[in-house]
Amino acid sequence: MADPVTKSPPAHTAEANNEVVLSVEDLKVYYDTPSGPLKAVDGVSFTLTRGERLAIVGESGSGKSTLATALMRMTRSPGRVAGGRVILDGKDLLPLTAEQIRRVRLSEIALVPQGAMNSLNPVMRVEDQIIDGMVDHSETGRAAKPELRPRVHELLRRVGLSTSVSRMFPHELSGGMKQRVAMAIATSLSPKVILADEPTSALDVVVQRQIMQTLGQLQEGLDASTVLVGHDMGLVAQFADTIGVMYAGRLVEIAPARQIFQNPLHPYTRLLIKSLPSLAGKGEFIAIPGLPPTLLDLPQGCSFNPRCPDVFDKCSAVTPQLLEVMQGRSAACHLFEQKGEDN
Amino acid sequence: MSSGYVARRIAVFFLIVWLAASLNFLLPHTANVNPVRQRLARLQAFGVASGVTATRASGEEKSLFEETVKTWERKFGLDQPLWKQYVRYMGDIARFDLGFSIVNFPASVLRMILQALPWTVMVIGLATIFSFILGSMLGALMVWRRDSTMLKVIGPPILALSAIPYYLLGIGLIFILAFTWQFFPLSGGYDYGTIPDVSWNFIRQAGHHAILPALSIVLAQIGFWGLHMRGMMVTVQEEDYMQLAEAKGLKGTRLFLRYAVRNAILPQATNLALTLGLIITQGVLVEVVFSYPGIGTLLFSAIRNLDFFVINGIVFIIVLSVGLATLIIDLLNPILDPRIRYQQA
Ligand SMILES: Nc1ncnc2c1ncn2[C@@H]1O[C@H](COP(=O)(O)OP(=O)(O)OP(=O)(O)O)[C@@H](O)[C@H]1O
Ligand SMILES: [Mg+2]
Repeated sequence: MADPVTKSPPAHTAEANNEVVLSVEDLKVYYDTPSGPLKAVDGVSFTLTRGERLAIVGESGSGKSTLATALMRMTRSPGRVAGGRVILDGKDLLPLTAEQIRRVRLSEIALVPQGAMNSLNPVMRVEDQIIDGMVDHSETGRAAKPELRPRVHELLRRVGLSTSVSRMFPHELSGGMKQRVAMAIATSLSPKVILADEPTSALDVVVQRQIMQTLGQLQEGLDASTVLVGHDMGLVAQFADTIGVMYAGRLVEIAPARQIFQNPLHPYTRLLIKSLPSLAGKGEFIAIPGLPPTLLDLPQGCSFNPRCPDVFDKCSAVTPQLLEVMQGRSAACHLFEQKGEDN
Repeated sequence: MSSGYVARRIAVFFLIVWLAASLNFLLPHTANVNPVRQRLARLQAFGVASGVTATRASGEEKSLFEETVKTWERKFGLDQPLWKQYVRYMGDIARFDLGFSIVNFPASVLRMILQALPWTVMVIGLATIFSFILGSMLGALMVWRRDSTMLKVIGPPILALSAIPYYLLGIGLIFILAFTWQFFPLSGGYDYGTIPDVSWNFIRQAGHHAILPALSIVLAQIGFWGLHMRGMMVTVQEEDYMQLAEAKGLKGTRLFLRYAVRNAILPQATNLALTLGLIITQGVLVEVVFSYPGIGTLLFSAIRNLDFFVINGIVFIIVLSVGLATLIIDLLNPILDPRIRYQQA
């Protein structure tokens, strides 16, 4: 059965696939709290190639939104980027001036916000909220509204909305329609990277799938890369090429989506996938034992060791690094380190 | 905004005015005070009412007094039955005929009010609008430019000024700027002995006199508007749409004005209209402190002299202006905030 959400297989040539668009290197984002720095993102690295769909999954509080915000360089106090690099199209975003990063936002990396209700300015018409981003990125700085109106209509049609929506105010739209408007805004300048932080939360299941489908079509149409943040492994799985699993501020596994489902390596990933509800195991809910750790007081060694079914001595002593343990697959777990390294 | 909505609001406005006028009529009657009698009794106490000398027999004096009261009551129509008085009163109100001043008879109350009103509107009203703009911008910028050293230094003291009542500020300003340094006149709306006209010279004079009263209001209110705006801005900054707006790479001024301030100002607009509706009462103390020829001073002296019809007329004007302010809020809010338009559709 062809799944509309799933990406149509090899859409790109292998050559194009290797072009790195976004590269995150050892990114660290800390929140300064009264009881010391809270390491919400602690040394995250990954690369995103052109047209690739990467999903970042993890429990609530694992630092996904903090990571996404840092990629837009929108970390707010008390948060701060404590180290690392975010290289978009060969250019490190972190040292840019405010005006430089402003120009990068939307035109090169665009945000599709959480599917909650308040992402649009309640007192502005939809068209004005699409147009102002384009105007503020135009070279002349002054693009006339009537001139841009056909473009607005085209953008709305592309996300599956009627052009009459352009004259409406946000409160006249449903949650799904608002999210489509947000996608129209995000794609208005054909960015290289689309960043979506839980774009379907607070929407019902049917609308969730439609939104993901539209997001997929947009991404393919623009040949943009996507970073999708979510905690619903099931929804994410149908969309993404690659899945990165976050735990307590670190990436613990990153691998092609299909492989991660067939053969999860990290014990945490394994439990995450097992905890997905399935029709076969009707009525059963498998939860991951224990609670997510508080990031201020992480366990020694591997953060996951108190909840890990496969824990052994080394886990509470040494923090495992994210290493390539198989072709194209990385995991941060002592179980998969080369036997030779132990000596 | 539907025409039905506008019509409804206007109907409510007239209902309020009618109710207020009725209360204005009825309350003094229930209080069982005869303004004419009181006024005359007071004058008599000073020995000016009927030119009576202390040697006259008290009985004769009394009847003369009663006669005078009767005459005046007839003059003001107070001898009529209540319902007739009410009908007449309503008819007068509809024609903006507010009667005559007892003290300055035969000056018409409306004339007196119309003479005083421009002073109040120009000075207290403009000062209110000015402090609204300054205060709101200050409050908004204090949140928007958190790191600005200048705002950190001057912001909090200005906000703290709102804790001082404006009449006290006024007295302080008079003492320093008018009495000690004599930069500005001590009191009044224009130089003593000048006859108000529309000459350039008179306007300059009036402006010079208006600075201190206006300044005391601006200084006292800036903090009020600033504190409110700062609170709203903090809330608005946390909104999701601010995050998306920033992610859109909008220019700083657009982000500030069209997204942050535009939303934070919404409750402020209602406050401003209400404050403007109340400028007459707000102005009383300032005008009295500065002996300013506005409507507050008029009200103050009318109360002191028991000038019943003037008090009544001013109270009616106050109700009218509050009613108008409310009407304006009701008509303006749906334009400022489309969500209100929607709820009332
Ligand atoms: N402003 C803040 N001040 C202090 N700590 C914060 C702040 N914002 C987030 N954190 C902490 O940072 C950690 C990561 O938060 P983040 O919002 O990135 O998680 P998340 O993975 O997006 O969670 P969710 O799935 O619930 O959205 C959490 O432990 C949170 O408590
Ligand atoms: Mg989040």
